Formats: sequence, structure tokens, C-alpha cells
Amino acid sequence: MTQAQTKLVRIVTAGSVDDGKSTLIGRILHDSKALMSDQVDALSNARYSRAEEGDLDLSFVTDGLESEREQGITIDVAYRYFATPQTSFIVIDAPGHEQYTRNMVTGASNADVAIVLVDASRLHQGALKVQTRRHATIAHLLGLKVVFAVNKMDLIHWSQKVFQEVEESLKRLSRSLGITNPAIVPINARSGDNVVAVSPAAPWYQGASLLEVLQNQGEGTDLSDLPFRFPVQRVVRVDGHKLEAQRGYAGRIASGQVSVGDEVLVGPHRRPTKISRIETFDQSLTQAEAGQSVTLYTEDEVDAARGDILTGPESSYANRVIADLCWLDDQAWDPRRRYLIQQGTAAITSRIESVLHIRDMRDLSEVRGDQALKLNDIALVQLQTQTPILADHFKDNPKTGAFILIDPETNQTAAAGMIRGVV
Amino acid sequence: MTFFSRLLHLDRLESEAIYILREAAAQSRNPALLFSGGKDSAVLLHLALKAFRPEKLPFPLLHVDTGHNFEGVTEFRDETAARLGERLVVADVEASIQRGSVRLASPTASRNAAQAVTLLEAIETHGFDLLLGGARRDEDKARAKERVFSHRDAFGAWNPKSQRPELWDLYNGRLQVGENFRVFPLSNWTELDIWTYIEREKIALPSLYFAHVRPVVRDGDYWRPVTSVTPAAEGQEVERRLVRFRTVGDMTCTCPIESDASDIAAIIAETRLSTLSERGATRMDDKVNEAAMERRKREGYF
Ligand SMILES: Nc1nc2c(ncn2[C@@H]2O[C@H](COP(=O)(O)OP(=O)(O)O)[C@@H](O)[C@H]2O)c(=O)[nH]1
Ligand SMILES: [Mg+2]
Repeated sequence: MTQAQTKLVRIVTAGSVDDGKSTLIGRILHDSKALMSDQVDALSNARYSRAEEGDLDLSFVTDGLESEREQGITIDVAYRYFATPQTSFIVIDAPGHEQYTRNMVTGASNADVAIVLVDASRLHQGALKVQTRRHATIAHLLGLKVVFAVNKMDLIHWSQKVFQEVEESLKRLSRSLGITNPAIVPINARSGDNVVAVSPAAPWYQGASLLEVLQNQGEGTDLSDLPFRFPVQRVVRVDGHKLEAQRGYAGRIASGQVSVGDEVLVGPHRRPTKISRIETFDQSLTQAEAGQSVTLYTEDEVDAARGDILTGPESSYANRVIADLCWLDDQAWDPRRRYLIQQGTAAITSRIESVLHIRDMRDLSEVRGDQALKLNDIALVQLQTQTPILADHFKDNPKTGAFILIDPETNQTAAAGMIRGVV
Repeated sequence: MTFFSRLLHLDRLESEAIYILREAAAQSRNPALLFSGGKDSAVLLHLALKAFRPEKLPFPLLHVDTGHNFEGVTEFRDETAARLGERLVVADVEASIQRGSVRLASPTASRNAAQAVTLLEAIETHGFDLLLGGARRDEDKARAKERVFSHRDAFGAWNPKSQRPELWDLYNGRLQVGENFRVFPLSNWTELDIWTYIEREKIALPSLYFAHVRPVVRDGDYWRPVTSVTPAAEGQEVERRLVRFRTVGDMTCTCPIESDASDIAAIIAETRLSTLSERGATRMDDKVNEAAMERRKREGYF
């Protein structure tokens, strides 16, 4: 099988409404021969299609809901799958409206790369739209690689001069966010120029097509090379041959590796024990690594429970952390309320002690002193937790450095959080 | 900086599904696993064994039975549950018809859409708060929009315009009383992934999935099976064709495709070359309307 070599690339679209995100995804799938003929037929007969006679509205490949088609907008993320011989792709089409930012954050949290689209014909003196900045900010905050696509080049007659203006603006945005050397590709999502294959429409453009850029991303860091982290999902009781029942811990290795005989630390007390067995359904392993779902047995009765994390020797816990938050709930933050912080499999009572700053999306400046947090705000906060949580930094370990806040009254997911430091 | 795991494709999907199954069991009071005997639910059940053995499964199997099953599927369902020693709950659409909660235009009308009613009745009767299903995002454009943990309100309805955010793999399984979750561990699997996994794991399937000779009639693009509930119409020519099923659903809306693929390897080869989507090639229930699946899901369907 070629499976051994295929790498997984998860892409999310980003950028303002109507800049061509859904059309681009449809175009990528269409030109990669990832659409089935009945799906193409369904597109050509689709109600509400915006395409001219005989043409396809490719945005409908992912805008699959009735109300999305009727309104000509994307409301929620759609997931599509396709593979080239070297790469298997998950493409996630996100909505551009500010109102649906939480859905974009949902899509981005499940992606490795963001394609931030800009409509080349709608910039005034190079000024980017607020949503373009917001989405680029979110994508970068969530640790995604950012690639820019300057779309609708046909509407500016593939003018190199206009492209360069947009490019300048995108480079300025990148510098202010700390994105280094982003690829910036001029495209026409509707016709496919520079999307899958490089087009002769822009002889001045020397770079690769958008799909090539996406495919040739650097590999990044192997999660197996990070410190060992294992959030316990459930405790397994097996009545072995011995008199006492044996307890195992079922879960998925978030990062690092583990071998039989390794010393691990259990929970915030960091009680040490050794791994005695590593089991899957039908195998006993001597070693396992990031991504694998296994059951671990320890030499001592350590009394771990769901929510505890088994870690390698390098780990620290804290009661107070500094974290980036994307507020996702219609209900604004209520300083009197407690929120559950869900990190790995743990759910711990917490409260936001203070808002250090909120980002102003117009100029990306950090606004201090505002003690309100509402829908779509991106903020830096100080959190206090009832019991200590693992203090992994999101940029070092996205698996354990990420958390969500849940409003225990409504059960809504109120915020996405990323640990930046301890107090 | 981006991060990656070096697990192989199928191992990654398998491990993710096991993780989701364990989250679903840990975060619910009274879950059930939808098991119809079809290939996706057979894969889901196999993954559940991997997630929970040597313990018993922490949930019963649930089948919403239209009573219009192809030959061998009910037997396969019952034998599988018996072999594994797991509890099987069957919710009959027929019982809903008797109760009057399902009214059909005619006795032989399709019972496919009625499944939502029977499903919701089963949820209420048994107090299920979470149902594991084998649906995949690549099946349909409405499914492509759905969360892994898909929240349903007190009426069992899916509201695609206000889904809960779903960040990373941190699933929030919290509910108010009366609401439920549908959880889809195979969300990120494609049809080809399913078949290559069935091959690798040697998962047993009903014989219908393999090429066999069957009486069919031509109906537009489909070969419609001739069965007790879908007899040939007056003057329709019944042909005996070599066919197999790509999906197994209700007899009134599921069609086979012409194929001589008699083993999994041949099915995989065919799947790789297919130019028709799985549901497009086989499901008449989706052809009724462009948004057929979305509308069924809004009403509480899987
Ligand atoms: N002229 C032109 N129109 C485009 C291009 N890409 C997208 N569009 C059109 O822009 C409109 C918005 O596209 P859509 O994909 O829905 O944008 P989204 O809101 O970002 O997903 C549609 O009418 C598209 O056909 C392009 O490259 N050139
Ligand atoms: Mg869109």
C-alpha cells in the first residue's frame, strides 16, 4: 500500500464573506477529480445556483444546506476529503460572516493550514477587511500555517500592480501577527487559474500553484517527539488470574511515547509509578506513541481516574494560567460566573480573574482595561482553577495546551482557550 | 509551528474512532449504538469492541427496523449480537404504525422516513441520551456539515444553523434533560477507508454486499430490486442481473449496482474507480429532493 507514505494535510478556508472561499474549495475538488459525476450533475441542476447557463456554481459543493444555497452564503463548516498519491487532504470550508466566527474557529481548530482569501477587486488603497484580519489572527493564534490567496484576479485583469498592492498589505498584516514568509498566490477560483495548476494568465507570477503550495508544506513537529502526555478516558477493570482486580487506563496518547518500564507521573500530585503493560484490543505492545489509543497498566495501584493525565518526568501544574481566549457564546462573559475548563478529559471549575487585553480587529491593537468579553472577542485573560491543571503552553503542545470553557448553566461551549503561560 | 502524528492513515482513523467512542461512553448516562447490519455499523461495532473489550460494551445495540429488510440482514444482525453476547434492542416501525404514531399513505409505502419517529420513540422509552451512529461526512452534503458530537434538542431535531462549536478533539457532551446527542466516530472516513478497513480487519458482512444474481427492473438510472414490497409494475420487464449493494437500507429505497465484485479486494478496486457517489448510485430516498437528507435530519433522523 502507498498508505505508508501519505501525509495528512487539513486545510481550512478563511477570509471575508464573498471573497470566494467556497468556490475555491469546489474548484480544488473539481480539478483534482474528487467530485463524483452524480455530484456534478446535482450541481448543474441545483436551485439557487448563481452560475450562468451551462456553468456550475462550485460554492455549492460545500454550501450544502438549504438556507446556505438560498442566501448564497456559508453558515457552518463543511468537511470534504480527497487524496493525491502523496497526500490525503481534509478540506474544511468555513463561513466568512462575523456572526458565524465560532464556526470558523471550529473549522480552524481541526486544521493545520489556513488559506486566507482576499478579493483583489474590493480593496481600497490596500485596506484589508476586518474579517480578513480577524480570520488571519485566529488562524495564527490557533497555530495554523497561513497561506494567502489573492482571488478574483480576473476582475482586475490580472494586474501585477494591483496584486503587488494587495501583497504589500498582506505582508504588513503578517508582520504585525508574526507570520513569517507567507506564500501569497494570485488566483481565479471560479476558472481555476493558479489553483491546481499554474496558469499562463499571470506570466509575471513565478511561484507555485495554490495546491502545490499546500502540498509542499514543511512537515512540522512530530507529536511523538514531545513530552509524554496521556489523558485518561476511562478506567478499565479486568479480573485477571490474581485475586484482586486489575485496573488499566484507557486513552489516546496525546503526545510523546511510552514504553513498558517507563516511569510516569499521575495527575497533579505527580505520583510516580511505572508502566507495566501497554495493551490494545488484540496486542500487547512494548512501546506506543502519539495518536495511538491504548490501555496502560501501572505497577502500583495509583488510583487514577478519568480526567487525570499521565505524564513523563517533565510536567508542571498550576492553579493560575494566562491564556488566549476566543469567546464563542452569545452570552457575554459574566465575571460572577464559574466556567468549567475542559482540558484533555478533565473538567475543572474555573473563573476568569481578569481580562488583560482584547484585540481590536480594526488595527489589531491590544486594548486594555475593558472588563467585558463578548461574542467573537479575542482576548488574553488570567484564569484561576479549583484544582491545578497541566500547564503546557499551547505553542509547545497544542494537544494539552488547548482547552474549552463550558458554561455549566447552559452547557454551551463558551470559549476556546490556549495556555500561554503561568502566573 | 504545525504538528503531525506519524500514524498510518487507517491507524489514525481507527484510533480517532476509538477515542470518540470512549468519550461518548464516558460523557453519557445511557448511550446506545445504532446497529443495522450494514457495513458502516459493522465497522462501528468492530471499533467499539476495540475500544471496550475485555469489558462488555457499555451500551446496547439498537436497530430501528422498518421490517423491510433484504434477505439475510436481520439474521446477520441477530447472529452478530448473539455471538458477541451483547444486548440488542429492536425498535419496530411496525409497532409505531400499530400505535398510530406513524401513518403511511399505503401499506407498502416506504417506511424509510418513518424511522425518525420510531427512533425518537425508542429514545424516549429507553431514556437514551446518546446514540452512536456510523454516518460519514462523505456520504452527503448535509452530513458534511455535521459535528462529531451532534446536539439534538428535546424534539430530537438537528438545527444546522446553530450547531455547538466543536474545538479540537475536546468534545463537550453536556446536555439538558430531554436532549440527546448523536455521535459519529466515522465522521472522517470515506467509503474507500471503510472497505480497506474491512479488508484489513476481516470484518464479516451480510452476503448482499457481494456480487449475486437478483431480479431487478430498470428505473431511470437505477436497477430497482424486485421484492415482496417492491414488485415489478404491470408490463415492467424483470431482468436477472449480477449486482451488489453499496449501502444496505430499507428495501423500498435502496438499489444495487451492477457488479461482478465477489470479494473485498474486487470491491476495493471498483470503489477506487467509481465515478458515482455511494448514495447517488443507490439511494432513491435522496433523489426526492435536493435537501432530502437535511430535512430528514431536522426531523430527528440519524
Ligand atoms: N469573477 C470572479 N468571481 C468569483 C471568483 N471566485 C468566486 N467568485 C464569485 O464570488 C461570489 C462569492 O463566492 P463564494 O465562494 O460564495 O464566497 P465565500 O463567501 O468566500 O465562500 C460567487 O458569486 C462566486 O462565483 C473569481 O475568482 N472571480
Ligand atoms: Mg462560503
